[in-house]
Amino acid sequence: MSDQPVIQTRGLTRYFGPKPAVYELNLAVPRGSVFAFLGRNGSGKSTTIRMLLGLLAPSRGGGTILGFDIRRLPPEARARIGYLTEEHQLYGWMNARDCGEFQSRFYPRWSEKIFQGVIDHFGLKPEARVKDLSRGERAGLSLALTLAPDPELLILDDPALGLDPVARRALVESMIYLTRRSDRTIFFSTHDLADIERVADYVAVLDHSVLRACCPVEAFRNEVRQVRLRFAGPPPKLPPLPGLLQATRTESGMRLVFVRYNEAIERSLNTLGPDQIEVSAVSLEDALISYLGERGEKSFILSEAEAPL
Amino acid sequence: MSLSITISTGSSTPIYKQITDQVRLAVATGKLSIDDQLPSVRALAEELVLNPNTVARAYGDLAREGLIEARAGRGVFIIRKRKVFTREEGRRRLEPLLDSLIGEAMAMDFTGDDLRQAFEKKLNQWKDKGGCRNNE
Repeated sequence: MSDQPVIQTRGLTRYFGPKPAVYELNLAVPRGSVFAFLGRNGSGKSTTIRMLLGLLAPSRGGGTILGFDIRRLPPEARARIGYLTEEHQLYGWMNARDCGEFQSRFYPRWSEKIFQGVIDHFGLKPEARVKDLSRGERAGLSLALTLAPDPELLILDDPALGLDPVARRALVESMIYLTRRSDRTIFFSTHDLADIERVADYVAVLDHSVLRACCPVEAFRNEVRQVRLRFAGPPPKLPPLPGLLQATRTESGMRLVFVRYNEAIERSLNTLGPDQIEVSAVSLEDALISYLGERGEKSFILSEAEAPL
Repeated sequence: MSLSITISTGSSTPIYKQITDQVRLAVATGKLSIDDQLPSVRALAEELVLNPNTVARAYGDLAREGLIEARAGRGVFIIRKRKVFTREEGRRRLEPLLDSLIGEAMAMDFTGDDLRQAFEKKLNQWKDKGGCRNNE
């Protein structure tokens, strides 16, 4: 991986009216990574992606993609980026093969082999008309059209949205196939936590327009710990604790989820006089859900390069 | 012999560790022996539908432990297991395993004597497989 991130933003901000859709985003996507961009609906993921591609002007801040300023992306930069969005325009009267031929004329590096490979992988017949395709097949065709130009950077805006499990698996397999070219970067937004665990090296979490994590997946996972406390009677009231993401009470115990759990926190917990304290790892899925949930206080995991907010 | 590795997402055990655990167990139980070949990083990644870096990380850990070795142009092979943990570190790792074993057994109403017997029996089975030595 080269040092220069494939995507880098500084204070990237976009307002719609008085409300920021994306606020002060500092994002760095390393070359060759599979980067998951996670957030709940309306958290600003698509707005971010549209700004990265120069489809929407930032209100403030800016960034680079493949080293080019996102406000002035030249056509040669666009040709190196594959962008897959839900609203991929396909003509209903064309068949799959027509779509490929039509698209191929715009791309000098078009690979018929990749196009065919993806089409086959999704079980599509080249003669099938677009208007007769199922949702999963349409997604497969869109993906084939996006991948065939052999893009150096692939940006997928919620590619798994609305796909059934079989089509979703085919999508994930295609993404893994794509990592064969080791300098290729895949940046995808998603809701699907299991897919992140399978394919992503890095994860960024966007919450209410603010970036709350941006780091390697393993680092993210290591930062989140679950602590179970058992008490003789009803659990006492919790003092303010740094890094508390989630707290669940039962009759005689508590389950707390922390980011950056440490000895100081453990000492505070001990003052509550529990019979037992048990610290354990959580699944990536639980870690991400705790992180995205509303309870507990907000805290941040950012990569070393980023200044803490 | 070949080993079929399976993984599950959503577990509190990271996927790379699920892979290393299964290879270690297969070697310890004799399912895999010296000079057996493992799938390449790429092949295993595609088979399990995983990012190849995850498999590479697991193989890296196993190689550092002296359990496997990548031979240029030929693939990844099981080699003789070298002792990698100090006695003290080993003890530290054994402790939680024992706690979990005894805890679960107690929850199933086994007595200490039941456990000792079961443990002895199991040790003998492993000794027959050449897996666990006795002190001289």
